Amino acid sequence: MIPFDYHRATDVEDAVRTATSRPDATYLAGGTNLVDHLRLGITSPSLLVDVSRLPFDDIDPLPDGGVRVGAGVRNSDLAAHPTIRRDYPMLAAALLAGASWQLRNLATTGGNLLQRTRCAYFQNPATPCNKREPGSGCSALAGWQRHHAILGASEHCVAVHPSDMAVPLAALDATVRLTGAHGDRGVPLTAFHRLPGDEPRRDTVLEHGELITAVDLPRLPPTTRSAYRKVRDRASYAFALVSVAAALTVTDGVVRDVRIALGGVAHKPWRATRAEETLRGADARPASFRAAAEAELAEAEPLPGSAFKTTMAREALVSVLTGLAEEGAR
Amino acid sequence: MTGTPPPAPAESGRPRERLDGPAKVAGRAPYAYEQPVEDPLFLFPVRSTIARGRVRWVDTEEAEAVPGVVAVLTHLNAPRLASRDDLELWVLQDDEVRHHGQFVGAVIAGTPEVARHAASLVKVEYQREWHDVVLRADHPERYRPDHVNPSFDTDTSHGDVDGALADAAATVDQTYRTPVQHHVPMEPHTTVVRWPGAADLGAVAMYDSNQGVSPIRKVLAPLLDLDPEQLWIHSPHVGGAFGSKASPKAHHVLTALAARLVPGRPVKCALTRQQMFGNAGHRTPTIQRVRLGADRRGRLTAIAHDVVEHTARFKEFAEQTAVATRTMYAAEHRRTTHRLVPLDVPAPVIMRAPGEAPGMFALESAMDELAVALGMDPVELRIRNEPDADPESGLPFSTRHLARCLREGATRFGWADRPPAGQGRRDGDWLVGVGMAASTYPLFPQQGSRARIRALPDGRRQVEIAASDLGTGTWTALTQIAADALAVPAEAVDLVIGDSALPATVGAGGSSGLSIWGTTVVAAARAFRDRHGDDPPAGAEVVGELPENTAVGRYALHAFGAQFAEVRVDAVTGEIRVPRMVGVFDVGRVINPRTARSQLMGGMTMGLSMALHEESVVDPRFGHVVNGDYAGYHIPTNADVGDIDVSWLDEPDPLYNPMGSKGIGEIGIVGTAAAVANAVWHATGVRVRDVPITPDRLLGRHR
Repeated sequence: MIPFDYHRATDVEDAVRTATSRPDATYLAGGTNLVDHLRLGITSPSLLVDVSRLPFDDIDPLPDGGVRVGAGVRNSDLAAHPTIRRDYPMLAAALLAGASWQLRNLATTGGNLLQRTRCAYFQNPATPCNKREPGSGCSALAGWQRHHAILGASEHCVAVHPSDMAVPLAALDATVRLTGAHGDRGVPLTAFHRLPGDEPRRDTVLEHGELITAVDLPRLPPTTRSAYRKVRDRASYAFALVSVAAALTVTDGVVRDVRIALGGVAHKPWRATRAEETLRGADARPASFRAAAEAELAEAEPLPGSAFKTTMAREALVSVLTGLAEEGAR
Repeated sequence: MTGTPPPAPAESGRPRERLDGPAKVAGRAPYAYEQPVEDPLFLFPVRSTIARGRVRWVDTEEAEAVPGVVAVLTHLNAPRLASRDDLELWVLQDDEVRHHGQFVGAVIAGTPEVARHAASLVKVEYQREWHDVVLRADHPERYRPDHVNPSFDTDTSHGDVDGALADAAATVDQTYRTPVQHHVPMEPHTTVVRWPGAADLGAVAMYDSNQGVSPIRKVLAPLLDLDPEQLWIHSPHVGGAFGSKASPKAHHVLTALAARLVPGRPVKCALTRQQMFGNAGHRTPTIQRVRLGADRRGRLTAIAHDVVEHTARFKEFAEQTAVATRTMYAAEHRRTTHRLVPLDVPAPVIMRAPGEAPGMFALESAMDELAVALGMDPVELRIRNEPDADPESGLPFSTRHLARCLREGATRFGWADRPPAGQGRRDGDWLVGVGMAASTYPLFPQQGSRARIRALPDGRRQVEIAASDLGTGTWTALTQIAADALAVPAEAVDLVIGDSALPATVGAGGSSGLSIWGTTVVAAARAFRDRHGDDPPAGAEVVGELPENTAVGRYALHAFGAQFAEVRVDAVTGEIRVPRMVGVFDVGRVINPRTARSQLMGGMTMGLSMALHEESVVDPRFGHVVNGDYAGYHIPTNADVGDIDVSWLDEPDPLYNPMGSKGIGEIGIVGTAAAVANAVWHATGVRVRDVPITPDRLLGRHR
């Protein structure tokens, strides 16, 4: 662990000003990912700006019927919140499918979005990695591929985003609220995380010193049914091989609205727009769901070691949508 | 006290709570790293980033300049060791790199953070050489070791296996594989060493997490050029070991070398979780070809078990993978072989039922395949092949109640109600199947163990022996044995273990610790009572010695068991759940049912872990374990472990030791992986011959 300065932010302005003043400063919230990285030598900021005591821990209704989740809200608290459990069950389910109780008690909403890939080569400073050390090469391409991307990867990086929470947020069209030296802005969650391209170092579109203050969830129609399904190697405390967040609105047997996102398949939570387009207006039956899943995954370009994920994602998606349609028909 | 004391209540068989439990729960049971020491320094190793080659130069300047750094060790300035016999322990003595992650330096500093940071600043340039870490059955360097661990014959051959296979009514000829696995005890390898200061005539002091202070000292003292009494090792509590702490490791030597540079200052070393995957031992991967031949009635005529596995190029360890096959079933024609491939990997070592765990996965999977080929109940197939005597030696078994374990297990599990072979049932999206396998574990006779018994002024007895408690229950069960042997209540026994100043004994290993220590304590107690009676004066003392085991050479000594598992496979995703397992064991008399149940259940959980989770993925390009942490190297969580029904037969083994007990530490592991794999086949129709069985292996392949 390298020596670093520590500053406990007194307010948002102080946080942003302090972080912006130093090019390699970074924010510290729950620390569940960052502190590991400091120990492992993956990152070496010279200044930590502690934002964990800033007043971002509220969950408030928005005027349009949605919900604003403070960036400091702990994952456990968000999962247990009555509004989230009632109106956004797939978000609550995704949160509870992530990490362990101990980690969820510490991890924050903002930090969850900013957690970095668990690619084993990224996490080991002894192996080349373009994300950790630009230009050094991607060890995963010809290495252990089992957990890697099947969609949107590049020759420079095949890492996946590890968050469960971000997957339903992508499906929900959530907005990430940011504040920075140049003022406030909102970024749709689907545009918040990046694909690796030729700059895999950057996970998100955050500018240096920008701070997540909240995540806004839009209202869902009350007839919408949603679910989160996580497929993993063990029953608990494992990252997703693939995961599916889906919200389905069916009227008279026809899909009126559908939102789908996949986890564990790409450098970002993967909004399945092709599947959604295929499904809108289609009959809510397994054949349609299968056609939609196949449309989405037609673009998949897995590595040999991650080829199974294409089948797994397809089958999980068909199963989740079929389950939601059956639930709605009851 | 006058006259004859009232007979003490029999302690053996009482489900006594752990005597060390309250201290552990309250955090008052010090593990090695937590031992209070004065003014300590902290060590952090520098590890090689290549798998084979030489250190060309090391630049320590930047590290040394970090405030708080006391010294940076490299092969250029490290104190010299006295023996080059074991290259795993030849730490910082030359410039050679023999495996990825090898210690090539270390920093000692005033805080662990500074040591770690400074270690990252040590620059090492290597002369890289070609390396090979990939096990292949046809590897050109494959060779036949002189023996397999600990001293079994490498190969055995009886009759004409090929001829018998050609004539058999049913045959199986399959290859099974197991991956590299790591022990991953919860408590990492930790040691604290204090070299005596200049004005200090005391011994070198070592607080250590290990499986036996006596065997550790026996190796380390001469290596450090010390007389045995010049090295004091203290290890009262250990948070899991599983074979990885049975013998000294490089970190012991590294810390001792560092301590020698700073006499009078204790030096503390705790391996990180990541380092545990390169510097703390592992289990070899195995490639096992099993051939079985049987007549129409299911009588085995031929068994062949041919194993290829790896060893480190610099240190031989030959896992005894096919040895259990020599004992399991009667067949006229039999053969077992072991071949090693030397690779540029860290030294493999004993781990959680070495030999039996991987070997019985193969044999018991093959037996299931044979049952299918014969259209026979796999329980019945095993019962039909029960030998009258040990097939290999011809010796009678001291006790062998495998058939009873199988029958009682089948009853407890509800085996008779299972769907027909190859037709597991379906429950929604779940494919449900059942499977079973047999277990065995040898009873290792050992030598060289002593115990001291002393009468204390208050009428209590102090029992001293350098035994170990790895978290398994030695503190409790050995106290119970001592109480019975001394005819006093357990409350009147003060057991002292885990210290090299105590009478030397064997380490915990081979499931034989309690048996050997118990036999020694019983012998000492008999000598004590013979000499001092049951009303001894304070200070009365006797040192007793482990007697020769008269059953050795006259009887085949083994524990047995039967395992049953129900498996559910998600037809959509391939995810696997094991809602229930049943294990019935023939393990002699159980000293403490509470701790025994815990050990057997833990063993079965480790077997489940082998079946579904554990695999150290080695990257052939770099030579390291890619998934080397708890997030990447899976073991079961609570949510993965369903109902485990553990029981044992009430059948003391009067021949192996005076307690009538057998070992229970490892047999729970043996056979479990095969039972799970066999149940997966029953549920899905997919026969998986290499563990772990992960969801992708079953996805879209089931019937």
